[in-house]
Amino acid sequence: MPAAVTERKRTGGDLLALIGGGTGPLVGLILLCVFLSFSTTTFLSVRNALNILDQITVLGIMAAGMSFVILTGGIDLSVGSVLALAMMVMGWLANVVGLPLPLSVLAALVASGLCGLVSGLFITAFKVPPFIATLAMMSIARGLANMITDGQQIVGFPDWFMSLAIERQFGVLTATVALMLGVIALSWLFLRYRAGGRMVYAVGGSPEVARLAGIDVRYVTVSVYVLAAVLAGLAGIVLAARLDSVQPSSGLGYELDTIAAVVIGGTSLSGGAGSIGGTLIGILIIGVLRNGLNLLNVSPFLQQVIIGVVIALAVAAETFRRK
Amino acid sequence: MSEPILSLRGISKSYGPLQVLRDVDFDVHAGEVVALLGENGAGKSTLSGIIAGSRPASGGTMTWLGQPYAPASPRDAIDRGLVLIHQEMKLLPELTIAENVFIGRWPRRNGRVDRATMVRRAQEQLARLNLRLPATRKVQGLSTAQQQLVEIAKALALDAKLLILDEPTAALGGAETEALFEQVRKLRAEGVGIVYISHRMEEIRRITDRIVVLRDGERVAEFADSATPVRTVVESMVGRSLDRMFPSVPRPGSRVVLEVRDLTGANGAFEKVSFSVAEGEILGIAGLVGAGRTELVRAIAGADPVSDGTIWLDGHELNLKSPADAIAEGIVMVPEDRKLQGVVVDHPIDENIIYANLDKVGRGGWITRATVRSFADGAIKRFGVKGRAGQPASSLSGGNQQKVVIAKWLARGPRVVILDEPTRGIDVGARSGIYDIIVGLAAQGVAVIVVSSDLEEVLGISNRIVVLAQGRQAGILDRDEANDVSVMELATI
Repeated sequence: MPAAVTERKRTGGDLLALIGGGTGPLVGLILLCVFLSFSTTTFLSVRNALNILDQITVLGIMAAGMSFVILTGGIDLSVGSVLALAMMVMGWLANVVGLPLPLSVLAALVASGLCGLVSGLFITAFKVPPFIATLAMMSIARGLANMITDGQQIVGFPDWFMSLAIERQFGVLTATVALMLGVIALSWLFLRYRAGGRMVYAVGGSPEVARLAGIDVRYVTVSVYVLAAVLAGLAGIVLAARLDSVQPSSGLGYELDTIAAVVIGGTSLSGGAGSIGGTLIGILIIGVLRNGLNLLNVSPFLQQVIIGVVIALAVAAETFRRK
Repeated sequence: MSEPILSLRGISKSYGPLQVLRDVDFDVHAGEVVALLGENGAGKSTLSGIIAGSRPASGGTMTWLGQPYAPASPRDAIDRGLVLIHQEMKLLPELTIAENVFIGRWPRRNGRVDRATMVRRAQEQLARLNLRLPATRKVQGLSTAQQQLVEIAKALALDAKLLILDEPTAALGGAETEALFEQVRKLRAEGVGIVYISHRMEEIRRITDRIVVLRDGERVAEFADSATPVRTVVESMVGRSLDRMFPSVPRPGSRVVLEVRDLTGANGAFEKVSFSVAEGEILGIAGLVGAGRTELVRAIAGADPVSDGTIWLDGHELNLKSPADAIAEGIVMVPEDRKLQGVVVDHPIDENIIYANLDKVGRGGWITRATVRSFADGAIKRFGVKGRAGQPASSLSGGNQQKVVIAKWLARGPRVVILDEPTRGIDVGARSGIYDIIVGLAAQGVAVIVVSSDLEEVLGISNRIVVLAQGRQAGILDRDEANDVSVMELATI
């Protein structure tokens, strides 16, 4: 039948893109690195590479969680606010209430998880669109973060806490960078090799098909919002260690950077297609671009313009390629 | 007969090296209904697209009302009076009927939409189709049949002299189909030329004057008399002789597997339905669109809630809260809408098969590409799916997609398999493959339920038939007492 002939044009290449990660963003990243290596004297060095890793830890941890949400066809606008709430909960418990720091960190992660649980339940039980549910949570979590100290910052944590983000173990990785790499590796393993990962893709591909196939769509959906929120909270802890302070205005606009990293990495906003590998490349593109533009002394305002253009081009190229 | 209004000579179309239409001649006269038949991929859509201006021909000439005709765009074709009505309707639900009828070309006065004129003229078109609805009503909430007629009204408002109807009855029930036919006959009497594309031979026999058959992009046969035996027509479509359409149906066992008692849907779509299905039995469920067939089987598969009644499997009562509960009990469903409910079209075949078997594949929840592939390969081979494991489901034909949906369940060894419209949109040649699978299941002792709007199909493969009418159980017919008349009598109570 000719139908079979015409319809059999799409083959293995697309599949790789679907499950393993796009090649387009990787090519873009390599070109970007080559360009910066030639146009600056400082870009191509181990020291600078490690700097870039330090600079992307917060974004990287958040983007891993966001990948899960976007793979199910959802979106989470609350991650920046949840990050701030986690920071304030931790800072307040440790420095005002006087709890031990590790316990405060744990409490902060639980608080973030609760934010995700509430968003997830609103989305599943009341059928509120994810955009709206997490927009509401964005406002709620930001408000709570401000209420804890009435908008004041809290400074000064134990030295060991700060050193997590500064001290390079064996001269290579800081604990926070290792944490980010661990989060990404675990996410990758889960999405690629666990039955639960397949469920995330199935729900994103078509919630109705997934439900009729016996997958608990509501459980999967709530889980990804909880995960994204806990990872946003974890990113907040990392940011606190980097700054040695917490303030309720932290993380403003981070949700957009996070979404951008995931989307640049080739994950489809309509769900069901994409990968953590792609997200890692997306994070690196944003990190390398920021770093390179600083090295080239480009003004921060122009940087915003350039990053916007890159987002638009990356997604346009991906859409074009998929056709 | 008079000169044709539309005349195609030697029309060809190729995409790169692939030739989808080869040297096709095709005429339509005023006041004539011509059936355009062919399997999926035979070139029907391409040909109708060329006529309606949505794609250019690569070769050949067309004449329309005596003038050379080469439409530059669908708009161009519409302006000249040739309108294609798509299978999937394109009405905007939030607009009124009148606004939809005149969409994009609303009558204007002083630069503003002239609502009074628009409503009056739309109402005239509705009257022409005997559609008793106010033109000021929103499209939202109209039945599928009414929407189909609004589409036709839209074409008439454009003063169409040639209508191409692409599977107009795919979503219609018996009574609605009758209403549509009445209008088609009326338009024919008014001198409109109609090209009628359908898979349903029964309809083609009734409504068309002439049959043109395409196969592999070529015009292979024409039957001047629509009373030509179905088998002759189908054989020319598939290019081989058909020994049989339906396999012989095995005799069911006596042990009851599934039983429903006084089952009533939570949304009121069906009430107090009771029947049982035995081991190896194929139970057909027939009825008009809206009779509650799909809702009934969805409830049995745990997809929709019930408000009353019980479901029993092997003598114990079930309490199904989700499809997962039903699947755990061995009740699986091949849903009505393949593309929205059956497969994730963008995902590979093997992944699709895995989605229903995530608890069975791999060790301790760990799955690799290799396990997925080897698990799926078995199913792909067993059901003769024409495709490779890693290919996206969207690249398969309807029949092969359906086989994937069936394949994903059978690895579980289900007790009850429910198939809702198993051959909808699947071409005649591929249907017998699906029937073979259904009968094969019954032969292995599975209790099978088949819902279908295609009467011939229900009659052909069922041991017994439950007929629903307006949500109530109108009767159960044994294979030997069921025929199209006895089923329709019950269905239209």
